Amino acid sequence: MPHDHHDHFHHEGMSPSGHPYRPDNDQPLTYWQRMEIAVRELLVEKGVTTAAEINAQIAKMDARNPAMGAAVVARAWDDPAFKARLLADGTAAIEEMGIEPDGLKLVVVENTAEVHNVVVCTLCSCYPRNLLGLPPDWYKTRAYRSRTVKQPRAVLKEFGLDLPEDIRVQVHDSTADMRYMVLPRRPEGTEGWDRERLAGIVSRDCMIGVAVPQPS
Amino acid sequence: MSLPEVTPPPFAPPYPTRGGRFAPKDTVRVKKGAAPGHMRTPFYLRGRTGRIERICGDFPNPEELAYRRDGRPAPTLYRVRFTMAEVWGDGAERPADTIDAEIFEHWLEAADAP
Repeated sequence: MPHDHHDHFHHEGMSPSGHPYRPDNDQPLTYWQRMEIAVRELLVEKGVTTAAEINAQIAKMDARNPAMGAAVVARAWDDPAFKARLLADGTAAIEEMGIEPDGLKLVVVENTAEVHNVVVCTLCSCYPRNLLGLPPDWYKTRAYRSRTVKQPRAVLKEFGLDLPEDIRVQVHDSTADMRYMVLPRRPEGTEGWDRERLAGIVSRDCMIGVAVPQPS
Repeated sequence: MSLPEVTPPPFAPPYPTRGGRFAPKDTVRVKKGAAPGHMRTPFYLRGRTGRIERICGDFPNPEELAYRRDGRPAPTLYRVRFTMAEVWGDGAERPADTIDAEIFEHWLEAADAP
């Protein structure tokens, strides 16, 4: 029980529940934070946009999440005709499921018995945000971006994925207009599962390609 | 030179294209030049030879868009596949693994160009 601490153990700088206090963020704003606030306030003052519109846009982005991608994967596993359409034109296929691509140009790459796909953006942090939501912090780190194109197997092993030598690792560097989602292999032992149950084993990491679904 | 196998997808690109100079399976080399300012060709691929995996479509040139120009006529964008052996040489983790990247036509030349 992580919160079960004995009363006589008091650690310097720890909260009553035994966690370190996080420093307050009362340092001065950075150059870019000031810039963002200034531009936003000017746009509102000049009537170009409104605070409500900005909040609505943030709420829209926050509502996007990996469950949307998992539903797409589950349908592709369960519906071969949909899978064919998804591979041919990812954007049109997700629209069919009622997901608004909002400019997303989606390319879906399929894992097979011979090929394992993994996605990275070495130049910045390109990611299919309009389908999966915001990328995880590690996706944007210099370590992930630089190492995935050079030592993908070592990186995948650190994520707990140890691929056999006879599978080809295919790294996708999202360098321009397309955004990539991995279609994982449907695991054995999931025969007869409905789409909801299938979607439940498809994590965000499976769709980036640093994990594979495990039937539980 | 180590070239990957490519099996181009059996469907047309979903985005409009004039067709471009290269076709799937062509062997191409990424030019070595460096553009001033914004560009979307990663440094580690410059001078490397790979094969066209597919045509993505024609998209406005990001080197122009970055300076608020319209980037047209839109150059053709390709997905090019490289082997790890070609990109990293003896430092490759597993030489037959591959990297796909999107490269605009003006950054590519035929592999037999001088």
